[in-house]
Amino acid sequence: MTRTGSYSGHARIGIMEALPWIAAIAVFFLLPDYLSLGARIMIYILFTLSLDLILGYAGIITLGHSVFLGIGAYAAGILSVKLNINDPFLQLIAGSLMSAVFGLASGAVILRTKNLTLLMLTLAITAIVYEIGNKASWLTGGADGLPGVQVNPFFGRFEFDLWGRTGYIYCVIVLFVVWFVVRRLIYSPFGAMLTGIRENTPRMHALGAPVYQRLLIVYTISAGIAGIAGVLMTQVTQSVGLNVLTFEVAGDVLVMLILGGVGRIYGAFVGPVVYMIAQDLLAKQFPEYWSFGVGVLLIFVVFFARGGILGLVDKIAARGRTP
Amino acid sequence: MQAFASSLVSVLFHGIAYGMILYVISVGLSVTMGLMGFVNLAHGVFAMAGGLLLSTAMAKYAVPFPLALLLAFVVVALGSVVLERLLYSKLYSAGELAQVLFTMGLIFISIAIARQLYGTQAAPVFLPDYLKGQINILGRDFPAFRVVLIFISAIIVVTLWFGVERTRWGAMVRAAVDNRDMAQSVGINTNRLFMVTFALGSGLAGLGGALGSDILPVQSTYPLENLVYFMIVVAVGGLGSLSGPFIAALMIGIADTATKYWFPELGAFLIYAATIGLLLWRPQGLFGVRS
Repeated sequence: MTRTGSYSGHARIGIMEALPWIAAIAVFFLLPDYLSLGARIMIYILFTLSLDLILGYAGIITLGHSVFLGIGAYAAGILSVKLNINDPFLQLIAGSLMSAVFGLASGAVILRTKNLTLLMLTLAITAIVYEIGNKASWLTGGADGLPGVQVNPFFGRFEFDLWGRTGYIYCVIVLFVVWFVVRRLIYSPFGAMLTGIRENTPRMHALGAPVYQRLLIVYTISAGIAGIAGVLMTQVTQSVGLNVLTFEVAGDVLVMLILGGVGRIYGAFVGPVVYMIAQDLLAKQFPEYWSFGVGVLLIFVVFFARGGILGLVDKIAARGRTP
Repeated sequence: MQAFASSLVSVLFHGIAYGMILYVISVGLSVTMGLMGFVNLAHGVFAMAGGLLLSTAMAKYAVPFPLALLLAFVVVALGSVVLERLLYSKLYSAGELAQVLFTMGLIFISIAIARQLYGTQAAPVFLPDYLKGQINILGRDFPAFRVVLIFISAIIVVTLWFGVERTRWGAMVRAAVDNRDMAQSVGINTNRLFMVTFALGSGLAGLGGALGSDILPVQSTYPLENLVYFMIVVAVGGLGSLSGPFIAALMIGIADTATKYWFPELGAFLIYAATIGLLLWRPQGLFGVRS
């Protein structure tokens, strides 16, 4: 695991770190046809970033991160469809809070265990939440989901338009805010503690670090961020369905993070961009080969490129410097 | 009351059949995870392969049913050895995340291959005529195939227990589960032991997948759909244990059949909730050696 993006690294924001935002603005002006894909990518970056916090930094292996995306998504959908609350920011805050509360409650229970038991518990919780989403159709619409989610114009002026311009800008701004917070978190002593727990939990115990409490905090924050991603997904697509609660989504986000590079903040940026553009180009044309390709990719990364794309970039750069 | 007793018998019968199949498929997973601490999410792949082999052998080449079962066992066991030597063995000490990702990759690949070869429909189940009817036991009719299925599974279970409890190989496996380093240092070749055990466990999964194809329909998404159940059997039963997963599998089989029969609106909710409760109470499972 690489150590880029940690307490001991350079905490000041570098020039290179402006690149994603320049790219995001450039896409808005240069590729107006791709804004809805762009918004989806932003949402997945948010989601991947939340997974990176717990998996990459704190070392909690979960197979059920889709739960938090789903709770955020359903919270927004239920607010709009059942309660007629259509304010975008109110939905955002409520969805994120709901997800964070569930993260706190489930984390308080499952983070007492470790290894396989923890993995199994995340799996079982995902399965149970999916069952609830499926069976509690008076609330969630069951297998049909909740179509027809409404979102009021922002500040009464900017409506979600047909070309996805408003949605795109909205997603970029939310992502920017979350990125800033996550970055601060990672470079703080709190972030250093997480890395310590990942690398050597017994030693952190020996140092007197409150391991369980730190894990619980980061799990809650991560759930809140994943919830934000879920709300955005509901708002942008104006519907929510059972697919957000599936293992496939939990698997997808894991693949994206691994692809970009685990335990580094920009791994969560690179992974979704590459994965989703590839999916957009290839999955429709060769649907039968897509999951085959993803499988091969996973195995390749495990055996040859643990650091993902950014890890490879690092390696090549290092080779360039020392011949 | 009569009606209830009758439905109770039927739930128990089908629950036991389901539980037996779950056990035959998952027992290998318990032993391999207990032995090497390898998180193998792709165990269902072997079961699916067994089911597809059986279906293909019987439909295309008119192989008789018992022979096709044997074929599923042997081919899957041999195939798994190749995978074990080439890929699995490289990751024994690689950490949980690498193992999870690698086996997820295997699941994706197997789903793609199965879909390519067999489409998205469930593979048809072919039964020989002598297994199609009903068998009368104590004045009640039971589907013959399920009776045979329970019977074959019971034989497998007894053989397995005998093998592990009474043979030299079994003693070595138990020693290695208890303490791998110690077993290695008293001269047991744990690598080879694991290879053989892995092959046997995967072969049993293939056999279970083939045998149970009318309970767990064999389709391309099989490894992912049944992943949770296989994992629950092992986690609830306890890693490295033989009897734990047996009890867990029977409990899950009966509970699942009962909820489907009496409370279909609950779905699998109860089983998941019970699993979470049990794992919190005993993280190492019912009879686990380690967590």
